[in-house]
Amino acid sequence: MTKEISLEHVWVEFGEFTAVHKANLNIAGGEFFSFLGPSGCGKTTLLRCISGFQEPTRGKVKIGGEDMRGVGPNKRPTALIFQNLALFPLRSIADNIAFPLEVRGVDKKTRRKRADELLELIALPGQGDKKVSELSGGQKQRVAIARALAVEPDILLLDEPLSALDLKLRQHMRTELRAIQKQVGLTFIYITHDQGEALTMSDRIAVMNKGKIEQIGDGKAIYDHPTTSFVASFVGENNVLEGTVLSNDGQKMQIDAGLGTPFTVESHPAGGPALAPGDDCHLFVRPEALRISKDESSINQFESNFVTEEFEGNMRHIVMNANGKDLKLSLINDGTNAIDANAPVKLDFAPEMGIALKPGELASA
Amino acid sequence: MKMKSPTAMIPGLYLTLFFAYLFGPLIIMVITAFNSSSFPRVSPWECFTTDWFGKLATDDKLLAGLGNSLLIGVGVVCVAIPIGLAAAITLSQVGPKLRAALYTIFIAPILVPGVVIGLSTLIFWDRIGTLFNAPYESFFYDGTFLTIFGQVTFIAAYSMLVFLSRIQRFDTTLTEAALDMGATPTQAFVKVLLPFMAPAIGSATVLAFLASLENYNTTVFTIVSSSTFTTVLSSKVRYGLDPSISAVAVIIIAITLIGAIIYECRNRYNTKGWAHVIADRPVLKIATHPGTVAVILGLLALAAVVFIQNHDSSACTAQILEDKRALQQKLMEEQSLNTPQQTVPAPTMPNLGPLGGDKGGASAPSPFGNSIFSPENLGTSASDGQ
Ligand SMILES: Nc1ncnc2c1ncn2[C@@H]1O[C@H](COP(=O)(O)OP(=O)(O)OP(=O)(O)O)[C@@H](O)[C@H]1O
Ligand SMILES: [Mg+2]
Repeated sequence: MTKEISLEHVWVEFGEFTAVHKANLNIAGGEFFSFLGPSGCGKTTLLRCISGFQEPTRGKVKIGGEDMRGVGPNKRPTALIFQNLALFPLRSIADNIAFPLEVRGVDKKTRRKRADELLELIALPGQGDKKVSELSGGQKQRVAIARALAVEPDILLLDEPLSALDLKLRQHMRTELRAIQKQVGLTFIYITHDQGEALTMSDRIAVMNKGKIEQIGDGKAIYDHPTTSFVASFVGENNVLEGTVLSNDGQKMQIDAGLGTPFTVESHPAGGPALAPGDDCHLFVRPEALRISKDESSINQFESNFVTEEFEGNMRHIVMNANGKDLKLSLINDGTNAIDANAPVKLDFAPEMGIALKPGELASA
Repeated sequence: MKMKSPTAMIPGLYLTLFFAYLFGPLIIMVITAFNSSSFPRVSPWECFTTDWFGKLATDDKLLAGLGNSLLIGVGVVCVAIPIGLAAAITLSQVGPKLRAALYTIFIAPILVPGVVIGLSTLIFWDRIGTLFNAPYESFFYDGTFLTIFGQVTFIAAYSMLVFLSRIQRFDTTLTEAALDMGATPTQAFVKVLLPFMAPAIGSATVLAFLASLENYNTTVFTIVSSSTFTTVLSSKVRYGLDPSISAVAVIIIAITLIGAIIYECRNRYNTKGWAHVIADRPVLKIATHPGTVAVILGLLALAAVVFIQNHDSSACTAQILEDKRALQQKLMEEQSLNTPQQTVPAPTMPNLGPLGGDKGGASAPSPFGNSIFSPENLGTSASDGQ
């Protein structure tokens, strides 16, 4: 069974410090929902609110429609996979996995049987008698997941469970986690500061910064249509230009970014805060949206000079300088994108690829 | 071989001195246990004897005190360990300000002199007893009870220190994980924290037991009319010391050594490297198993006991006695020749048991003068000076 979760105006304060700032959120049953944000932005704190280790200073946490205030962590239908996994070092793997059953008074034989089933699920069959210290990082990870699944919780909370793994294993575990989620059909709430992880696995993502939820949406919405400067600069690579709005007719905007002719971009389709003529703005253009002009009269054209290039096989990452501003450029290495390093190069981008947002805090690189 | 420079020898020299300082007294003590001289000493060596152990075995006062000590030790462990553990857990969970204050309070009994604790325990329970009009036979005036409570006050603090150092390494998310998976707080405590603390509980138990066993300052007040091992020993020191005290030391040292050897063997046996070595060598595996070691040491100890029971040194001691008497006889004769007017006290028959004594003094000057620890000797030396 799955249960939906809603956070209603949740605040968490530690003395003067506000760790979570008015979080409003609905997570549907069976959803794979991720929290994405830089270190210290309050992700773990929010997760602890849901699992019951932290009472919100204000606001409500509801699970399956029930207010959870005063319900202890051992009474909630959630299972948390801790940032450090928190496996019991003095117990064998099987005893770790069977712990939730043990505290519920399940007899030893049934426990062992369930542990063996779960070991099968996490692809560690027959390793139940090993010690925790005898497992690799990835295996520990899987044991932690199995332990959380032992009593079939409604909601599985995962706090950066893959952060300690190397890249290969991380990718492998991602697919595996997603497979487990599909297989058992739980609500997954997943915390990460790795955007690739969030984008590939999640149904929806909440991007957080300094305790505030900045944007909620699926991966595509977050990447293509960020609604705040922070999201635009935190998720993926982005070039940011400071400019002024010249006109805005609800469809198109004219923006002067100090690079010759004003740029034309689409007005924000996701309904971010509207910009009026005369407003300052941040104009974001992704490195893959910038291209070398093939024709003299294309729209949003400007001149730039070559600075450096990084060769990555299939892609070339180039830094160009336009009027004192460095811009990143990612080009497919198909032989059509030659750049003359000694002469000015004309660049352009499509109007729908430029995103103008109200100036706000940028993610530090 | 190259000559070592003098500075390079300093660490070696230091270590030698250090170990001599540490173990010298113990070695001397052990040797004196086997010397038939009625005062514990190494020289002059009289006879090799094991009779002091026999004397010890028939010393009812000492045995009764030992029994009391063991009983008190067990009582102290039972009370002090839970208190110490609770204090350590409390300290690990409160905020930093409260922790500093609580820590000072918990640790205070260690800083207070044992004498003060002993006296105050005595007075406190006496007041309470008076309050309830309790008869003198009630536990308010019972030495064992009072001693347990008096010792617990500071031994609980010791064990708290042991627990603290362990609990600081405890990962509190483990408790949270247990709660998250549906454990009640009690289950989380019993199934997660307690197993983690087990080694510390073990060492704190040993520590508390030993601290209780060897305590004197507090016990001497709280024991009232009863006695413990330490109080009996100290009264022995005051009213005449004989090598049966050394025999006690030998037994204690032997027990400690046996325990330490078995413990160390167990540790080495359980290391990964050794597990590899003995993996396919069953004989070596059995031979180095701590159980085997324990059995061997046990048999050795048993052999020592049998030897002690059967060794007979009476011939030698009789010979020594005879020599002494002859010497004294000679001295007396010389003395009466030189100074006929001065009377020398006639040598009395040895009244120190079968071993005879060295009360003559002249033949064997003790490093402590004429064995003033022994009242009989006090008498002799006093009369000598007449
Ligand atoms: N018990 C606490 N007392 C005071 N401040 C706290 C407490 N717990 C967390 N904080 C603060 O709240 C903020 C958010 O912490 P949180 O652990 O939620 O970060 P996070 O987003 O999980 O970061 P990371 O990605 O590094 O794990 C941090 O600035 C942290 O210092
Ligand atoms: Mg965190």
